[in-house]
Amino acid sequence: MDDTRHSADLKAMIARHKLKDRAFAVLGVLATLVGLVTLVVLIADLAVDGLSRLSWQFFTSFPSRFAEKAGILSAWVGTVLVMLVTVFSAVPLGVAAALYLEEYAPKNWVTDLIEINVTNLAGVPSIVYGLMAIGLFVYTLNLGQSILTAGLTLALLTLPVVIVTTREAVRAIPSSIREAAYALGATQWQTVSQHVLPYSLAGIMTGVIIGMARAIGETAPLITIGALTFIAFLPPAPLGTQPPFLSFEWLMSPFTVMPIQMFNWVSRPQAEFHLNAAAAGLILLAMTLLMNALAMYIRYRYRKRIKW
Amino acid sequence: MHPEIRTVVKDINRPLPMTPAETAPAPRRLGAASSAEKPQLKASVRNLNFYYGETQALKDINLDIAEKRVTALIGPSGCGKTTYLRCFNRMHDLYPGNRYEGEIILYPNNINIIGAAVDPIEVRMRIGMVFQKPNPFPKSIYENVAYGLRVRGVSKRSVLDDKVEAALKDAALWDEAKDRLHDLAFNLSGGQQQRLCIARALATDPEILLFDEPTSALDPIATARIEELIVELRGRVTIIIVTHNMQQAARVSDYTAFIYLGELIEFGDTDIIFTNPGKKQTEDYITGRYG
Repeated sequence: MDDTRHSADLKAMIARHKLKDRAFAVLGVLATLVGLVTLVVLIADLAVDGLSRLSWQFFTSFPSRFAEKAGILSAWVGTVLVMLVTVFSAVPLGVAAALYLEEYAPKNWVTDLIEINVTNLAGVPSIVYGLMAIGLFVYTLNLGQSILTAGLTLALLTLPVVIVTTREAVRAIPSSIREAAYALGATQWQTVSQHVLPYSLAGIMTGVIIGMARAIGETAPLITIGALTFIAFLPPAPLGTQPPFLSFEWLMSPFTVMPIQMFNWVSRPQAEFHLNAAAAGLILLAMTLLMNALAMYIRYRYRKRIKW
Repeated sequence: MHPEIRTVVKDINRPLPMTPAETAPAPRRLGAASSAEKPQLKASVRNLNFYYGETQALKDINLDIAEKRVTALIGPSGCGKTTYLRCFNRMHDLYPGNRYEGEIILYPNNINIIGAAVDPIEVRMRIGMVFQKPNPFPKSIYENVAYGLRVRGVSKRSVLDDKVEAALKDAALWDEAKDRLHDLAFNLSGGQQQRLCIARALATDPEILLFDEPTSALDPIATARIEELIVELRGRVTIIIVTHNMQQAARVSDYTAFIYLGELIEFGDTDIIFTNPGKKQTEDYITGRYG
């Protein structure tokens, strides 16, 4: 008799606890939906406006006074070239800095200070990078309002992301692996270049791609250095038919990029140009999502292959 | 000067607890022919003190290591036996704040391997190590074994092939690995991975091989194989093994040192340490009266 009453009490208590359980689950679903629905609505809105403008012609045309003739050729080529400069400057600098901080630097207050600064740099508003770039690259180094300037500016912007993710990837390698290499007589550089770096490569690449996905949508710093231009030509081709075949003239060329082309179109009064902006937005979004998907894929592959 | 070790070398051919299936294929290339001769001295540790920052972990240790014999270090957890072992390949140099005092003289060329003038990389080129947990590189079986040779500048394929095969045979892994040399080392079982780590160390012909509790992460069968391997390697390479499994020390070693709280309590012939220890502390530890 006593036992059954006790059991009834327990059941009532468990039921009350489970109610809270369910309440939180509902709250969590709602919170998730807010983010998800916003994204879906955003994409749907862009698609409704922009899909009608998406065509081969849109990719192969320069901007035009006539909305239906305008395209994003100079914008996407500009974005690709600027990103190229960004990758080739941010990755070596960022990886080298991270490897130094993680593997070589003595652990003291100077290193700590540098670490805090690098982490904070990731949070600096991008317009501030633009101001710095106009002073340093455009006026002091006389690089002009060029692809090179834009690429370097975005490289500075992504550098902290690359450094932080590289450090995390490097730190994830257990010290037992380093000890194994050292115990065989490897020097520090052999250990770093033959073990630490290759084993953290997937993590580093993930970080680089996420940094690039952020940089590809940046507008403010590029407007600051003077990219807001109507460009109806392509930069000089990097590959020539005559020796030396490789040309770096394109680095010094004026340029525009996708988000700036969008900004340009949105700020026009005619509604037709807004459709162009939506279409360009869709493509930019697709580029970003693709990069993030690639990062996820690399991470997934890597996790399956290497387990410490 | 080569002071001779006075203890009598015991018979090493006692049977190991092996299941029949496990004993079958192990190649016996090393032999125990020289076990009757008196061993030479390979290293002698003199007044060794070691500090982690301000904390003294080893106190005035004096210990001789016999050439091509197995020396076991036993003692409770935290007693300093691993710290002691890691002095031999200067592993402590990898971390800041560590300090050695005293000497570890390596024969025959009489260098003090913990001396500031000696490059730790040279020491590690001559003294190999097998760690507590198998730590193969996330590379192929072949590349794991070849790595030490690559560090030493060997890149000729035929030389690497021969050395890798010989090392895998010495580590009793050849039969299991020969058809999958280019598979990822992580696909091996834990015991196979540890034998791979032994092969990796053996490939560089170390003068001394350090074993830091090599079987603590392995099951009894894998443990028995590693122990058999150590017995086989005896006579060719000087071995120092840290273990907190006393039966293991008794099974594989010629000499045993008992370390307690950073001090060497007793050192001598394994048979004597385990049957007739000279110190009360040793006896208490061996009979299980320490926690």
